[in-house]
Amino acid sequence: MLYSEKVMDHFKNPRNVGKIDNADGIGEVGNAKCGDIMRMYLKIDDNGVITDVKFNTFGCGSAIATSSMATEMIKGKTVDQALELSNKAVVEALDGLPAHKIHCSVLAEEAVKAAVKDYYDKKGIAYDPEMFAGINSCEHCED
Amino acid sequence: MFVYADNAATTRMCKAARDEMIKCMDETFGNASSLHTTGQLANEKLTAAREKMAKYLGCAPSELYFTSGGSEADNQAIISAATLGAKKGKKHIISTKFEHHAVLHTLSKLKKQGFEVELLDVHKSGIVTPDQVEAAIRDDTVLVSVMFANNEIGTIEPIAEIGAVCRRHGVLFHTDAVQAVGHLPIDVGAMNIDMLSLSAHKFHGPKGVGALYCKKGIFLQTLIEGGAQERGKRAGTENVPAISGMAAALEYACDNMQKNSEKLTKMRDRLIEGLSRIPHSVVNGDVEHRLPGNVNMCFEGIEGESLLLLLDMKGIEASSGSACTSGSLDPSHVLLAIGLPHEVAHGSLRLSLSEENTPEEIEYIIEKVPEVVEYLRNMSPVWDELCKGERKHVI
Repeated sequence: MLYSEKVMDHFKNPRNVGKIDNADGIGEVGNAKCGDIMRMYLKIDDNGVITDVKFNTFGCGSAIATSSMATEMIKGKTVDQALELSNKAVVEALDGLPAHKIHCSVLAEEAVKAAVKDYYDKKGIAYDPEMFAGINSCEHCED
Repeated sequence: MFVYADNAATTRMCKAARDEMIKCMDETFGNASSLHTTGQLANEKLTAAREKMAKYLGCAPSELYFTSGGSEADNQAIISAATLGAKKGKKHIISTKFEHHAVLHTLSKLKKQGFEVELLDVHKSGIVTPDQVEAAIRDDTVLVSVMFANNEIGTIEPIAEIGAVCRRHGVLFHTDAVQAVGHLPIDVGAMNIDMLSLSAHKFHGPKGVGALYCKKGIFLQTLIEGGAQERGKRAGTENVPAISGMAAALEYACDNMQKNSEKLTKMRDRLIEGLSRIPHSVVNGDVEHRLPGNVNMCFEGIEGESLLLLLDMKGIEASSGSACTSGSLDPSHVLLAIGLPHEVAHGSLRLSLSEENTPEEIEYIIEKVPEVVEYLRNMSPVWDELCKGERKHVI
């Protein structure tokens, strides 16, 4: 089979699908031209804890599964912990992805980062822009 | 319910082909080149298969060369024409943007070797016109290669008319007829076809076998060197069971073509009608000049691979031209060639029917596809933007 059981489970029963009204941070990465877009919504309390997270994804099976897994991995965590989420960790949690689907996990990591960046911007929290360098820099789309 | 609707990818073997293959494996297992009786019996099978197939294609048996399939036939036809062209100083080849990769990749290789390859644009209807071909022909054009019917969108090209143009200008004409043979009436003589590729598993024959028709007198380059099989043009011990099974499948397909075509056309049109009710959907390619079993549609705001996976869970097996299913970053070159924007092409669905499908299965597809499309649209940020007017509908 193309996908592991874990991937198929998250694809068939994606966790945290939807939107959050008045989200504290919204991040969108990807491009319709490339065939995948992820949008992530975060609800963050005064202690910087992610109390709720939802996602919307346009994309293939692994794009939906990685979005779902990423939301599960950051729910209840602090913003700082969420920023540490790597695409590799998402891939491992899904028991692997086919080589040509790894970029989906990169998108999932970037969607989380983009949402946190939006939260920082909205709250006026200072940050090092370097932390968010490289997000949404798909060479394929830039033409 | 289980519905196999990916017959353009491959078909289930028909009983006639399966029975013939088993019979061959049991009784005529010999090497067709052997002089003893068992060998000669196998050789007779080959002869009979060649004669049978020639009858259905309108050519002489000696003009048919058995190959490993459509890709090999395409390679051999194009490389042969190019070799001939190079000898005559003709290095211009005309083809189209939506050919199968077996043609396009062979042409890319020739381009690197100094040939000038001109790929004609395809109208959004999925049709290439004889006028386009005629306008492109030059004094140094050696070959025109236009597919008989497209594998993704099922559009049927005006092959006889293109053949006539080529004949008038003295240019070789090859057609990749992998999707057409066994499904549409073909007469290579009347259609002015010089070379034609076919593949058995697209008409309920076995996989791994096909044929190249090459008109008498046209130079054919040997790609696989070795023994003298196929009159020295294709070495290797003939796969007699597969070849004989292919001939049986072609006979069955051609003898039942009219009946099957009528049944398929009805199911196809019902499927198109049913799925067209999905808002912001479009049928890709001309609806009239179309293979009787092909339905190809795009649904805005969703991606094809997830659509396929969800349909598979409901027992519906289909295909898509999305990037994720094409194995590259770009969606299908066919859908791009007919002018679909990338984001729409990602949401394509091909349902290719065979006479084994039933009207009940068609109704099941019409019931399930809208559910899956709606489910995916509800989680799609692209659809969200389309609904809010932040993104413009293309279809």
